[in-house]
Amino acid sequence: MPTEYAFPDNAAKTADASQELVSEKMSVAMGPSHPSTHGVLRLQLELDGEIVTKCDPILGYLHRGDEKIAENMTYNQFVPYTDRLDYLAPLANNVAYAIAVEKLANLVVPPRCQAIRVIISEMARISSHLLGLGAFAMDTGAWTVFMYQFTEREKLYKLFEELTGARFTTSYTRIGGVARDLPEGWTDRVLGFCDQFLPILDEMLEMLTRNKIFTDRTVGVGVISKEDAIAYGLTGPNLRGSGVPLDLRKDKPYSGYEQYEFDVPVGSKGDSYDRYLCRGEEMKQSVRIIRQAIKNLPGGAWYAEDAVRIFAPRKDKVLTSMEELINNFMIVTEGPQMPAGEVYFEAENPKGALGFFVVSKGGGVPYRMKIRSPSFCNLSILPKICTGVLLSDVVAILGSFDFVMGECDR
Amino acid sequence: MSLAPAEVLSALQGKFAQVTARPSGDHPAVNVPMADAVALLRHLRDERGFDFLVDVTGIDWDVDASPRFSVVWHLFSTRDHGYLRVVAACASDTEPSAPSVAALWPAADWHERETYDLLGIRFENHPDLRRILMWEGYPYHPLRKDFPLAGIDVPLPDLEVGEVTRATAAPAPMVGGPFVASTGEMNLTEAEPRAKDESWDERKEKPDTL
Amino acid sequence: MVTSNTDLAYNTKIEDTLVVTKADAVINWLRSSSIWPMPMGLACCGIELMASGNSRFDIARFGAEVMRFSPRQSDCMIVAGTVTYKMAPHVRRIYDQMAEPKWVIAMGACASSGGMYRSYATLQGVDRIIPVDVYVSGCPPRPEALLDALIKMQEKIRRQPAARELLGGAKAKSA
Repeated sequence: MPTEYAFPDNAAKTADASQELVSEKMSVAMGPSHPSTHGVLRLQLELDGEIVTKCDPILGYLHRGDEKIAENMTYNQFVPYTDRLDYLAPLANNVAYAIAVEKLANLVVPPRCQAIRVIISEMARISSHLLGLGAFAMDTGAWTVFMYQFTEREKLYKLFEELTGARFTTSYTRIGGVARDLPEGWTDRVLGFCDQFLPILDEMLEMLTRNKIFTDRTVGVGVISKEDAIAYGLTGPNLRGSGVPLDLRKDKPYSGYEQYEFDVPVGSKGDSYDRYLCRGEEMKQSVRIIRQAIKNLPGGAWYAEDAVRIFAPRKDKVLTSMEELINNFMIVTEGPQMPAGEVYFEAENPKGALGFFVVSKGGGVPYRMKIRSPSFCNLSILPKICTGVLLSDVVAILGSFDFVMGECDR
Repeated sequence: MSLAPAEVLSALQGKFAQVTARPSGDHPAVNVPMADAVALLRHLRDERGFDFLVDVTGIDWDVDASPRFSVVWHLFSTRDHGYLRVVAACASDTEPSAPSVAALWPAADWHERETYDLLGIRFENHPDLRRILMWEGYPYHPLRKDFPLAGIDVPLPDLEVGEVTRATAAPAPMVGGPFVASTGEMNLTEAEPRAKDESWDERKEKPDTL
Repeated sequence: MVTSNTDLAYNTKIEDTLVVTKADAVINWLRSSSIWPMPMGLACCGIELMASGNSRFDIARFGAEVMRFSPRQSDCMIVAGTVTYKMAPHVRRIYDQMAEPKWVIAMGACASSGGMYRSYATLQGVDRIIPVDVYVSGCPPRPEALLDALIKMQEKIRRQPAARELLGGAKAKSA
């Protein structure tokens, strides 16, 4: 008879404990080709089971050298490159860039041009938020919204195409104006789109807002506090989702935004769900702005007529007048003539504040052009909020950020 | 409401004697010696309400300029809704460096990495100064003015793939584009539109000087 | 349970159980009408790629709607967007992981030739690292152009000596 009993269970536990407790951390590369990183973002994750213990975003897979290219071409030649920054809202990028350079020239465009720019910016916002919403829904398991929003986006593309000739690489603005006036009857078609869009938007939002699966995946996930949002330089719906009511359209109005009545939705908790709600509401506000802008659309010139050395003359004048012909030649070959100086302008784009820092030494080519892209700044908070969450939450957080790599990497 | 440039300057000069006004096309801008930069930025953040760091970047003022590199900080105040530009010149033209403000604003972390990557300005006391846009081990800083737009021939980031495909990060053929007329020159021959970066292309040999 | 009404479907009494054709035709028919694309959506063109997969353009009409993000399950890599030097090795590795037979569509100017990005960071055409079957012009190409490219590739697949490659072994390959 043994005097002491060794309980087999305990013995086994003691023996196994040393092996069981040591679990190796796993290193996982999420991306650069991954369906939920929306392009070519790569997250180098360190996983403890299913918990993310470290998140290191690796960027640059779409770094195409836009800033260097800008130093090598005239101001108008760079407009097509701005299309490809945030390729979900190219019109808004065009507008932001044009206003930045116009600030350098101290040029004010006529009210009609401003109103056109507001209309197209807001249409771009709807188009971008729609895809952001659809992709977010798809990441969290709802395919239907993605199909619905693409149908709406196709309608927008049709309007863009009529206006600019291209579906989304629009290159519509020029320094000192826009490429051409609105086509006849276009504003009515935009209003028609708005009328049918709102019920469909409500239907799309209904599919998500009280959806149990969606709320379970997003409520309380990826919470960003007000202080963090400001410290990390977040802008756009990601900042407003955290409860900071900062909207450059309201606080630093440009292009005549002060004339329009609209609300700035803000979140209360700063989680992924709040960011989603903000985007949904912003689309409705955009429709409001578009309707006001079309209702009060001023007549008159749609380009700055006094800016003769900046905005290329009209075609009919080029063909009949020698002076205009020479002027046209100079603007095309040498670029719009700008004074020396430094300006920084940022516009409230769908993704956040898109800024252009233009350094000019005079002439038609920028000396240095820094593009402050909202996606780049928004993503910089990832290492902080993606630590300690489940791997599947990372997908939901990325979806709620609605970033685009073309702009992030430039 | 943003402050008039003169007010900002006089208010700051009371505390930082070295601060001077900087010509600017829009927002108030100040020059500051590099040594005072962090103290000034901290003062602006804590006492002037500039709590939002919009952007950190650098400028290369040309190969033979001195000081060659400047660092630019753009600040925004979420309270007053005004911008402020702070510029400091780097002391060294060959190995430029600047103090990091990542401890003041975490947002500066990536901006400084980007500036280091593209312009080669080192940020002292930065927590993790790695390249961010180009790959680790890329030998140049592309936004410097002596770097050609077309690029310089280097191996691909993955040597194995480079070996199999025999591809390199070769200079882009600039044949004919982008067309840019030289600015400010009114001599007709000089002002002719031409590819600005004509260093070399696929058919023309790389010059020895680079 | 098969019902008595077989006239609506394939009628074995009329057509018998045999269909005589070339092995090439069968294999190529199978391959060309169920292309599973690997959507290498790198940049702007990726949005048009998504658009062609959606309701208005509906790539499913050509049997290519099964977008697979896993290279092991896909036949055709659609390189949609700018390939940078940093991304190039990844594109090549994903291509290497795809099972034979495999094809590549270079969608858009950037993937075909570097496009408007003549710069230090951009690979001047994805054909420098992987073999390309069909090039699509446009920046970005319209979804119709992509569908056209897909049809062109189906035609190309139908011309391939599939049976010889598949059954002939090494001898046929060396020939």
